Amino acid sequence: MQQVVAGLASGSIYASLALALVLIHRATGVINFAQGEMATLSTYIAWTLTTNHGWSYWPAFVFTLLASFVGGAAVHQGVIRPNEKGSLLRVVIVTIGLLLFINGLVTMIWGGEVRAVQSPFPTRTIEIAGVAISIQDIGTIGVVLATVVALWLLFQYTKIGLAMRAAAVNPAEARLVGVRVTWMLTLGWGLAAVLGAIAGMLAAPSLFLDPTLMAALLIYAFAAAVLGGIDSPVGAIVGGLTLGVGLNLIGTYVDFIGADLRLPVALAVILIVLLVKPSGIFGRSEVRRV
Amino acid sequence: MSALLELEGVEARYGPVRALHGVSLEVPEGSIVAVLGANGAGKTTTLRSVSGTVRRTGKVTFDGKPLRGGPEAVARAGIAHVPEGRGTFTELTVVENLRLGAYVRRERDLKDDIDRIAHWFPWIPERRNQAAGTLSGGEQQMLALARALMAKPRLLMLDEPSLGLAPMIVREIFRIVRELNEQDGLTVLVVEQDARIALDTASRAYVLEVGRVAVAGSSEELERNESVRRSYLGY
Repeated sequence: MQQVVAGLASGSIYASLALALVLIHRATGVINFAQGEMATLSTYIAWTLTTNHGWSYWPAFVFTLLASFVGGAAVHQGVIRPNEKGSLLRVVIVTIGLLLFINGLVTMIWGGEVRAVQSPFPTRTIEIAGVAISIQDIGTIGVVLATVVALWLLFQYTKIGLAMRAAAVNPAEARLVGVRVTWMLTLGWGLAAVLGAIAGMLAAPSLFLDPTLMAALLIYAFAAAVLGGIDSPVGAIVGGLTLGVGLNLIGTYVDFIGADLRLPVALAVILIVLLVKPSGIFGRSEVRRV
Repeated sequence: MSALLELEGVEARYGPVRALHGVSLEVPEGSIVAVLGANGAGKTTTLRSVSGTVRRTGKVTFDGKPLRGGPEAVARAGIAHVPEGRGTFTELTVVENLRLGAYVRRERDLKDDIDRIAHWFPWIPERRNQAAGTLSGGEQQMLALARALMAKPRLLMLDEPSLGLAPMIVREIFRIVRELNEQDGLTVLVVEQDARIALDTASRAYVLEVGRVAVAGSSEELERNESVRRSYLGY
């Protein structure tokens, strides 16, 4: 039971980053390989604010989200948009370039050493129905849950959320009703960067902060997104949680895998899903009408 | 009657292929104007050149002012374009499609507008939460029309509303268009292959042939025109 809750906590982090990947894939049709590095950069910003500038945790958290939103939007306007006219492959390569660039930038500014990050939640455990559960895990799940609910409200009940969905599913049609599609995509990149930042900041206290913080997480997030269906936001969340719990249980109870072989298991999940059901659990296979 | 929309020497091309060779036409305020012609004559491109979804040269004047910009700007100017092949967001619900139709307007409360739409399409309210893609072809075409009306447009452009629909449904759609014109004074520019129903509905029509206006006149004149009758009405 304890392992399930811990799995849900790490799973919610995967889910958050997976949701970022799904948002961008739905809108632009590409996997943003730089999503993880963007999140690492965000996490460093939060770390600098709390460690070097004496901010307390939550103001730094909120400020980082805002900065990430602006950063994500700027990346779309400045780097992605000029390349959108070309092939999808070109955009994918641009995101890989961005990955290398941000990774280099982070190493240049903050150096490569591993840093401890304070957690907003106490690390002690509380006992619920005879099960010891860490407050940090509950806090992590809570933050991601709140984010997902907020996003859902945005997409379901606001005019701009509806316009963003319209722009993602049918851009040509959306322009005809007056939606400024490019700006909606920019907003989407901003939101995705926010989701990534949340994942990074929640992961850093237990994984420690260094420039490769998100490298493995991005693989887990990608596995979660593929498992759930790369175009399905619900799938990203279910996929993330399933993967988190599954990996944790396998890591604990299957001796030969242990904690070290989790990453290969995630990669195996990607492979198996792509082989057996490429559209994922919640995805629909693409039907092109001619 | 002054012209709400006026095209003067409009040319448009898809890459190296020129689709329109200088089309001029006028849509008077409060009228229904039809554009007829065979496949590939440039009917759809004519509408696209107005809504800014194809690159064009020449003059397009709307309400006395030159019409510029992409489709977002054209939608804001008060032109609703229902494209060929059911312009709906199939993954979104009926009511979400309607909300998107009103996207360019400032009003937040769309209840009255949806009631108004229900007057023309009584089936819409009860199916408001159904995904548009699960509607029948005729219903999707009606939803596309309803969505365009949500924008309260000054000019409605319809591209082949009859495409692939049963004759009864086509008649129903054109009946609604005519009533909207008579009761609300809505100006309509409709592109149609079914010349008979188009001429019955419109007061004026243009026949396009390979990207040029071949014949123009009132619907009665065109119905009497020997070559139009033979080529497009089939008698």
